[in-house]
Amino acid sequence: MTAMQPGEQRDEVEMLSLMLLIRRFEERASQQYQAQKIGGFCHLYIGQEAVVTGAVAAVRDDDYIITAYRDHAHALARGTSANACMAELFGKETGCSRGLGGSMHFFDRQHHMYGGHAIVGAHVPLAVGMAFAIKYRGEDRVTLCFFGDGAINQGSFHEALNLAALYKLPIVFICENNLFAMGTSVKRSTSLKQIVDRAEGYDIPGEIVDGMNFREVRDKIAEIVDSIRKEPHPAFLEVRTYRYRGHSMSDPASYRTKQELEKYRLDDPITRLRAQLTREGKLTNEQFDSLDKRAKETVLAAVKFAEKSPEPPLDKLYDYTYANGAAEAGVPDTSKREESAPKDSGATA
Amino acid sequence: MMREITYRQALNEALAEELERDPNVFLMGEEVAEYQGAYKVSHGLLQRFGPRRIVDTPISENGFAGLGVGAAMVGLRPIIEFMTFSFSLVAFDQVVNNAPNMFTMSGGQFNIPITFRGPNGPAHQLGATHSHATEPLYANAPGLKICTPATPRDAKGLLKTAVRDNNPVLVLEAELLYSSKGMVEPPDEELLIPLGKAEVKREGNDVSVICYAQTVPLALKVAAQLEEEDISAEIVDLRSIKPLDERAIFDSVAKTHRVVIVEQDRPFCGVGAEVCYRIQKNIFDELDAPIIRVSQEDVPMPYNERLEKAVLPNADKIIAAVKKVCYA
Repeated sequence: MTAMQPGEQRDEVEMLSLMLLIRRFEERASQQYQAQKIGGFCHLYIGQEAVVTGAVAAVRDDDYIITAYRDHAHALARGTSANACMAELFGKETGCSRGLGGSMHFFDRQHHMYGGHAIVGAHVPLAVGMAFAIKYRGEDRVTLCFFGDGAINQGSFHEALNLAALYKLPIVFICENNLFAMGTSVKRSTSLKQIVDRAEGYDIPGEIVDGMNFREVRDKIAEIVDSIRKEPHPAFLEVRTYRYRGHSMSDPASYRTKQELEKYRLDDPITRLRAQLTREGKLTNEQFDSLDKRAKETVLAAVKFAEKSPEPPLDKLYDYTYANGAAEAGVPDTSKREESAPKDSGATA
Repeated sequence: MMREITYRQALNEALAEELERDPNVFLMGEEVAEYQGAYKVSHGLLQRFGPRRIVDTPISENGFAGLGVGAAMVGLRPIIEFMTFSFSLVAFDQVVNNAPNMFTMSGGQFNIPITFRGPNGPAHQLGATHSHATEPLYANAPGLKICTPATPRDAKGLLKTAVRDNNPVLVLEAELLYSSKGMVEPPDEELLIPLGKAEVKREGNDVSVICYAQTVPLALKVAAQLEEEDISAEIVDLRSIKPLDERAIFDSVAKTHRVVIVEQDRPFCGVGAEVCYRIQKNIFDELDAPIIRVSQEDVPMPYNERLEKAVLPNADKIIAAVKKVCYA
């Protein structure tokens, strides 16, 4: 994707194609997990595609994006290749985090995707820090911070919202409310009628948007981001969505009914955007089938790529503990301990 | 010309010099700006650098420690002050789970050049919650570096190095030493002390007393007393807990063949346990006596002054330990 000009909108067919890529990627990840090619935990985004897709369609490529552990889609939406994402799930050196992060820790500096964070709520202060840096440097970027409904009862979330409001930082807190924090429904976890009311406690403007509707998500975030670029401030968006699968691969989701799932499936974000585009004469059935076919092929190729990629080498085990190279292990080699030029200076991204 | 300044002034100079040198450096914490620092370490910095770079926070350690980590991800170099490291425990997740893990988890894409600093270790009658020596808790996390300056010179030189390091560094300052004085290079002379380098604070031949932070002046005092009894103690100040300067430790032990470790933390899995392990593993044959550790007693810190003294390392305990390893 190329950098967007102000007022320009990303092509909706392209965004539909991205949603299909995310869906097919997650389906294939599920299959590969069951085949034991993927280890650890694996949280799928199926059903929520319109949220991150709508969000990236509303911002510039150099805006900052950070999310929690259900992060495959955020990397894909940002432009990380399906190859690098699948290879990360396989724990391979060609993965977006060199196979050292795994499903919950996708990072892509080049595409301004700042993780992939697996402790619920712990990345919300990080997002505020990124927004702090934006304001510190006088830039007009915006930070988009995604998190689930489970994060809003963590102390870190509350502290972060207060700091963002206090310092008037350019950040959109995007709550992907899929109704369940693992197996605990919002009704059982949160002493609010609606999640968006959390923002009011910090004097942060909050809104609710239908997360199954790509256009609604995109337009609302575009409007918020436009306002933030004019005058930095935090904003809160409760995006109402639904995950079709369990919390993770090991969760059969027996805490909810088939009827509830079916209700949301009928409101599927991909079907919906497809119908909108078809009705408006912007997409034919043949074109849709061809987009879907391409997504499936891309993902299948990614599995092949991941399978044949090498494992991270054992002799580099200590190379990623300290930024200046090998850490001390056992008796240190003092010749390596001189403060030398860093591999990665942490310079302005 | 070297001049005598306090530990507090030395830290203040280090902060000012690094803020002056690098526009990406900022200082953030509770009461650092308008109040001029809870311990006056940041005195005058708000007036000199302004509120953009000297930033007061609400009481939200988890929040502002995390803010620092996030700012570091996109290229700033935050200095985060904890009013005391006992309060860093409510930010433990940020210091232990986010700051040092990011470089690995991102496959080397995001290093975190952040300094966490503030007073650490037992002070005087602050009770159990405010008296933590946090170094063994943090030393267990790979990816963190930890230094523990005991003199004004080390405080200045180590803090400046910490700010320039590309990794998360904890500068554990000694609360009881803020007003202590020592000779330090003049301000126009760049003073950088590398992390991971111990310093022999006093040479000796009979026993190596390995210490750090608040136990260094204590050990030096004891060494003078021992001298009168014809026991020559070498005082090795670790200065950094991580990386640990094994070379300096081994060199001293190879000279004296006897070791007492004096640490301000508690005994179980404490810093001394690691030092002890490394000595016996690497230079077992150099030892003429079992190593003795003098640490806190393994109890939450009592408020009562007499009991607090009984918990902490003191001159009598060190002298007894030295005599035991010297079979004197």
